[in-house]
Amino acid sequence: MTKEAAVAYGTVVGLEIHVQLLTVSKMFCGCAVSFGASPNTRICPVCLGLPGSLPVLNRRAVELGLRTALALECRVHPRSQFHRKNYFYPDIPKGYQISQYEYADHAPLATDGHLDISVDGQRRRIRIRRVHLEEDTGRLVHSPDQHGGSLIDYNRSGVPLMEIVTHPDLRAPAEAREFLTALRRLLQFAEVSTGRMEEGTLRCDANVSLQRPGGPFGTRTEVKNMNSIRSVERALAFEVERQRAVLARGDSVAQETRHWDERREVTFGSRSKEEAQDYRYFPEPDLVPLVVDDNWLERVGAELPELPAARRDRFITAYGLSVYDADLLTTAPSVAAFFERVVALFPQPKTVANWITGDVTAYLNDIGAGLDQLAVSPGRLASLLRLIEDGTISGRIAKEVLVEMIREDRDPAAIVEARGLTQIRDEAALSEIVEKIVADHPGPAADVRAGKKAAMGFLMGQIMKATGGRANPETATRLLRRRLGA
Amino acid sequence: MTPSGALALRAAYLERSLRPSDVVDAAIDQIARHDPNLHAFLYVGADQARAEAAVWDERYARAGSRETLPSLAGVPVAIKDNMCTRGVPTTCGSRILEGWRPPYDATVVTRLREAGAIIIGKTNLDEFAMGSSTEHSAFGPTRNPWDSSRVPGGSSGGSAAAVAAGFVPLALGSDTGGSVRLPAGFCGIVGLKPTYGRVSRYGLVAFASSLDQIGPFAGDVTDCALMLRAIAGKDPQDSTSADVPVPDYIAAIGEGAGGLRLGVPDEVVGPGVEPVVAEAVRHALDVFAAHGGQVERISLPTIEAALPAYYLIAPAEASSNLARYDGVQYGLRAPSEDLHEMYAETRRQGFGAEVKRRIMLGTYALSAGYYDAYYVKAQRVRTLVARDFEAAFRKVDVVVMPVAPTLPFAIGEKAEDPLQMYLSDIFTIPVNLAGLPGLAVPCGFARGLPIGMQLVGRPFDESTLFRAAYAYEQATPWHRRRPPVAAA
Amino acid sequence: MSQVDDRAPVEHIAHLARLALSEQERERFAEQLGRILEYCARLNELPLADVPPASHVIPITNVLRDDVATPSLDRDEVLAQAPAHQDGFFRVPRVLEGG
Repeated sequence: MTKEAAVAYGTVVGLEIHVQLLTVSKMFCGCAVSFGASPNTRICPVCLGLPGSLPVLNRRAVELGLRTALALECRVHPRSQFHRKNYFYPDIPKGYQISQYEYADHAPLATDGHLDISVDGQRRRIRIRRVHLEEDTGRLVHSPDQHGGSLIDYNRSGVPLMEIVTHPDLRAPAEAREFLTALRRLLQFAEVSTGRMEEGTLRCDANVSLQRPGGPFGTRTEVKNMNSIRSVERALAFEVERQRAVLARGDSVAQETRHWDERREVTFGSRSKEEAQDYRYFPEPDLVPLVVDDNWLERVGAELPELPAARRDRFITAYGLSVYDADLLTTAPSVAAFFERVVALFPQPKTVANWITGDVTAYLNDIGAGLDQLAVSPGRLASLLRLIEDGTISGRIAKEVLVEMIREDRDPAAIVEARGLTQIRDEAALSEIVEKIVADHPGPAADVRAGKKAAMGFLMGQIMKATGGRANPETATRLLRRRLGA
Repeated sequence: MTPSGALALRAAYLERSLRPSDVVDAAIDQIARHDPNLHAFLYVGADQARAEAAVWDERYARAGSRETLPSLAGVPVAIKDNMCTRGVPTTCGSRILEGWRPPYDATVVTRLREAGAIIIGKTNLDEFAMGSSTEHSAFGPTRNPWDSSRVPGGSSGGSAAAVAAGFVPLALGSDTGGSVRLPAGFCGIVGLKPTYGRVSRYGLVAFASSLDQIGPFAGDVTDCALMLRAIAGKDPQDSTSADVPVPDYIAAIGEGAGGLRLGVPDEVVGPGVEPVVAEAVRHALDVFAAHGGQVERISLPTIEAALPAYYLIAPAEASSNLARYDGVQYGLRAPSEDLHEMYAETRRQGFGAEVKRRIMLGTYALSAGYYDAYYVKAQRVRTLVARDFEAAFRKVDVVVMPVAPTLPFAIGEKAEDPLQMYLSDIFTIPVNLAGLPGLAVPCGFARGLPIGMQLVGRPFDESTLFRAAYAYEQATPWHRRRPPVAAA
Repeated sequence: MSQVDDRAPVEHIAHLARLALSEQERERFAEQLGRILEYCARLNELPLADVPPASHVIPITNVLRDDVATPSLDRDEVLAQAPAHQDGFFRVPRVLEGG
């Protein structure tokens, strides 16, 4: 690779994201949206596309779409229509997918919004081109044996999807990662979707091209089949490098669709004949236009849950948290909600925050879980903190109790009781122990008297060992000092 | 001869002079004897019909003379084979759906059952309702009961023939460009295309979604109104069905033609119209005038553009609606190792020439580069047609036209020339484009063959059409004439 | 309009519509479609510039359904109609090309 090629190109990325909406029933019929159901058990004439069937739009899906449009600060169009996207594939039973097309004076649900992200401390505004509604396809599974053909399950056919398309404003794979993280958080807080790529409730395709600074965007490739946010970042990094290498050789980048191979960590081009698809879009005659007036939009706005940025700001002002802590505590709605519920029971927000971002997170990291997977009740954590506050246990012991509390799902007071972990504060009892330790360790005792502070740590350690960690540190320290005249 | 109309049958049932079983048995017998010549039916569910008739026998026996039973209780009906009937074959006149038994009922079927009607069987049609003669059925044509060398009209030829031949008093058809009105006219019976949205399309196998409507065939206007009332009304499963109350169409049907303003478009008097047809319609207007109606001339300037517009819009929607016939879930599948070849072979074998032709035409009209020039342009013409009618209805209450420009033509006469065939719909198509109700009523005979006239009304004003048609019917003998088959 | 007389567009349209046509059909359709489209060309004579396309004839808007789950079809009844099925799935030949 020449030095020139290595320096010249900037990265241009746009994302096309499909979000599965949190509804009870499908987009155009009443079949239940459920996960893991036995194949073809959530089907009806409509989502099977049987002859004579007709679609009827799910109100909640529209509202979740509107909610998202508001959260992304889009312009909601007062009138929008659905269109048919016509193509043949076994997972679309009607031979067309009902979607919303953007064409001439046909506006989709919403356009022209943005989502702000933070990359390396820099705030970047990523523009949203459009938000629209459509139905999901069925699921095609390839039969394991060579002549088995392909198998189709229509449970997913007709599940409500929302498509979000960004402008090609992302300038690095890391930005795409940050954008998806921020979008997922937004969708979760808005209670629009669970937003999990691993579960398929959030899917992402990317358009990637390189650009000479000040020049036009180069030929773009579409990258598909990325199954996690990390995959997206890695796939984009690979694709950018691949395009750089192509250009450095003096070749041109082919406009094509490339698939990400997670195992081999490469993108590969489709072997199939690349023909531009002619989807023959036209307005869906079986559905009537959607009219969204100001009243409806206001109601949606009023019902919008507190969004991440607002929640984070509120944590900073109302609870006096640091930006860092507020950020951590708003990574997911479950974490933010947990924090606030604990604070409601134990109103010392900074302490609560410290414990959650500190020991709780550390424990979860150890078992490979995220904060949003915390499975302990707020009441339990609040109880634990109260036990520390009223001196029943020391902070040190509390760390042990915390782990057991989460792992065994037990009440902290019960753990303390059962394992006899109550703090020893009684001066008489502690004096006896101090006496014994000093007598057992004359050397270190002499060191302390001689002014060597490190020996204090050793002796305190012995006191803790002798008391099973239960000695109240302040009292023990005071008694030890007095005994040694230090 | 037993009473032939639905209303008359019901009266006979109530006064115990007749039982549903007698009527159903007679119908099945008539069909067995005469339908091999006509081929109106593709499927007859004799056992099921007899079982249902027995149930109604019992209910009538217990009912007494008060009318506590639903409006069509014990009345045999036929259903065009493009409406889903659960567990019963629904072929749409096509090989691609041969053997398919839907797992659900169309809304109109459910409503008919709730009204007590007994479904005798499914009737023949042009494949996927695409045609004007019922010659494009994959299972052979239906013949006109008035002259078996001639077509009964299409696409709902089977249903029209079944009623005209006296097999059943009522039948359902579907109308996208004239497919109820034209067969009604060619078979000398009453047929209605309701206002778009008046009757649910859920369960009607779609041809052109923005034009299709299900409508009743009957031997007279009152029966037609009776059947409409049983099936009309909003359906939550059809987004395009209108939330407009269904009037009691029978109540005001006898009000007479006095005070009605009837408009005749200048544009229908043209060289393509057979003189006997023009004459029959002119004579009908005299009858209206003699009974208090006021006949005026109106103009529908865009009406001639309606046909080409239709032949872009309808095939375009059809090409999309018929994409689902691919051999994947049901129906015909041509075996293949490759999926896309399976699609192409299945559709090649399963679809007839007319269907293929319209799919090709429609795909072309929607394809990249042609969408604006063809499809969108046609939709603009559609707006103009609708506006023409709107303007007309500011001056008149009913627009009167022939149903078709010709008498029923011979089987085979137009089948090879699609454009010639399409011209049969020249008076019916504009009404579908505008979404208005159109009622076909017999208005004369020539050379022993029926002539139909068409009454077109304002949206959801079927009542006025029934009223006008009833007044005309009662002043004329046409509705009492029956073809030779029926008289047997 | 005369383009439809050419072979290539008819083949392209047939492929878009997944219709395998015989040589005879291709020729016949090319001719028939050509005539029909020529007939439709008379639409170009009308003043349509300011006329909005009527994609819906009825002035209905906002027909919406409550988000409630309703019973699904019985799988056995549906699969009984399937040309091929396996383990509760519909079965089709493998897609050899990328699709």
